[in-house]
Amino acid sequence: MKKISRNHILTFAFLLVFIVLLILAQSFLNPYYKRILNLCAIYSIFAVTFNLVFGYTGQFSLGHAGFAAIGAYISALLTLSPEQKAVNFFLQPILPVLENLQLPFFPTLIISGLGAALVGALIAWPALRLRGDYLAIATLGFSEIIRVLLVNMQRVTNGALGLKGIPGHTNLLWSWGWLIVCLFVTKRLVDSSYGRAMKAVRDDEVAAEALGVNLFKHKMMAFLVSCFFVGVAGGLLANLISTIDPKVFQFFLAYQIVGITVMGGMGSLTGSVIAACLYTIFLEALRPIESQFTIGSLTIPGIPGMRMVLFSIILLLVILFYRKGLMGNSEFTWDGLINFFNKRKKKPTGYSSGGTQS
Amino acid sequence: MLKIENLHVYYGGIHALQSISLQVPEGKIISLLGANGAGKSTTLRTIMGIVKPSEGRIEFLGESLVGLKSFQVVMKGIALAPEGRRVFTNLTVTENLALGAYIRSEKAQIREDIEEIYSLFPRLKEREKQSAGTLSGGEQQMLALGRALMSKPKLLMIDEPSLGLAPVLSQGVLSKLKELNQTRGQTILLIEQNARAALSIADYAYILETGIVKLEGPAAELASDDAVRRTYLGIH
Repeated sequence: MKKISRNHILTFAFLLVFIVLLILAQSFLNPYYKRILNLCAIYSIFAVTFNLVFGYTGQFSLGHAGFAAIGAYISALLTLSPEQKAVNFFLQPILPVLENLQLPFFPTLIISGLGAALVGALIAWPALRLRGDYLAIATLGFSEIIRVLLVNMQRVTNGALGLKGIPGHTNLLWSWGWLIVCLFVTKRLVDSSYGRAMKAVRDDEVAAEALGVNLFKHKMMAFLVSCFFVGVAGGLLANLISTIDPKVFQFFLAYQIVGITVMGGMGSLTGSVIAACLYTIFLEALRPIESQFTIGSLTIPGIPGMRMVLFSIILLLVILFYRKGLMGNSEFTWDGLINFFNKRKKKPTGYSSGGTQS
Repeated sequence: MLKIENLHVYYGGIHALQSISLQVPEGKIISLLGANGAGKSTTLRTIMGIVKPSEGRIEFLGESLVGLKSFQVVMKGIALAPEGRRVFTNLTVTENLALGAYIRSEKAQIREDIEEIYSLFPRLKEREKQSAGTLSGGEQQMLALGRALMSKPKLLMIDEPSLGLAPVLSQGVLSKLKELNQTRGQTILLIEQNARAALSIADYAYILETGIVKLEGPAAELASDDAVRRTYLGIH
C-alpha cells in the first residue's frame, strides 16, 4: 500500500508542477514555441488513441485522418462567429441551421468527439467484422470518402476553400489538459478487465472467443473511445491552426500517426507521447535543411520535403535498431525511474544498466 | 449432458460432417479419435458456435446450442482448450488465467481459483509473472488447460493436448485430465490423434473418419478390437 501511495503522490506532484509550467509557458513563451507544444499534445492524443486500437486491441485502422477531420469541421463550424461565416461562405451560402450557431469552446469539443464517435460507430459496425488488412483498407477508404465529402458539401464545409478565421481558442492548457484526460481514460481502460480482454483479442481472436470474450463488443469499445478523443483532438487542431481545408486531413496524417505510434512502441502509452513530442519537435527543428545551404563549395538549393526524407530515414533506423519502438510495450513508471537511479548508484564503475523501465 | 444428433456441416462445397451423432454423459471422459481431416476439430468448432451447422441438433443440459455465439456457449458452461494451445503470448501467466474466468464476476473467488490452478500445476506458479510466450510447449498446454478450467465449466473440451509435445509430457497432461475427472468429477470431451493414449484414460470413444462416426464403444473394448488395433493403434 505504501508504495502505491508514494507513486500517487509523485504523480500528483508531477501534474501540479506540470500545470504550473503550462500556465507559465502559456503566458511567457513566444507564439511559435507555443504552437509547437500544442501540436505535440495533439499528435500525442492521435498516437495514444491509435495505440489503443492497434497496440492494445490489434485492429489496424487507418481512419484517424477522417475522424480528426470530422472533429475539426464540427468544432470549426460551432466556434466560428456568424460574421466570419458570412465572410467564409461567399460562393454559396451556408446552411441556415448553421448560420447563427455559435457555442463556447468546451461543449464544441465534446460535440466534436461525440460526432466522430457516432460516425465511428456507423463505420465500425460493418468494418470491425473484417480482420487485419481488410479493416485497414475499409477505414482507409472511409477516410477518403470523408475527404471527398468535405470537398463537395459546399454549403456545410465550404468545399475546397476551407474555413478561415476560426477563433483559435486552443491554448496549452486546453491541449495538454485533454491529453492528460485522454491518457487517464486510456490507461484506466487498458488496465481494467475490459483492457485485458482487448489484449486477448489482439493476441489470439479464436482463443479469446473460446473463453467467452465478446470480440465485437471489445473492438467496438476501443474503437469508439479512440474516435471520441481523435474527434476532440481534431477540434483542438482546428482551433489551433485557425484555417482548415480538406487537404489537412489526407492519408498522410494517418501514416504520420502510424509512424509515431510504431516509433514510440506498440502498447506503450508513454512511448506514444514521447514519440509524438520528438516527432513534432524534430520536424520543426529540421526546417532549415529545406532552405538553401552551402557545404564547402557545394550549394544545395532548398528542396521542400527534405525533412520528410530525413524523417523516414530516422524511422527506418528506429525500426532496425529498436524493433519494438522506443519503449517497447513497457511504460514509464516511477518505480522504473527510481530503480534506474538506484542501480546507477550501486554501480559507480559506469557500466550501463539500461532497460530498467518497466 | 451433451447430445449431438445428425450434425451436418459444410465448408463451402465440402461436406465436413456427415450426420454425426454423439453423447457426452456427465462425469465421463469421452474421446473423439480420428486422423487429420476426420472432422474432430470441426465438431468442437460447431459446438462452440464458431462454425454453423447446416442440419442437426446440439443439446446441452436440455437446451439447444445451435445459433448461439461463442461467448453464449461459454456462458452455458462449456470451455474449450483450443488446438495448438493458443495462449495469449504477450500476457502473463496470471493474466491468462484471469481471462479464463472472463465470464465470471466474483473477484475474490477468481483469485482463489487461480491459486487452485497453481496448486494443480506448480510449474505455472513459478512462472506466474512471465509472459506466456516464454513458456515451453508443455507449460503452455498446462496453461491452456488451467485457463479453460477457470471458467468452472460443466463440460471441458480439449483439442489435441498432446500436439507437439514429447510423449512423456503428453502422458503427463493426459494423466492430469484423468485426475481432474476422478477428483472433481469433471466431464471431459477429449480430441486426440494419439488413439492409444486417449483410449487409456477415456470411458467411451468415437472414431471419426472423413466426417462420419466409423466406430464407437467403451474405450477398453475399442482398445482390444482387432480392426481398431490395426488401423488406429498400429498394432498387427
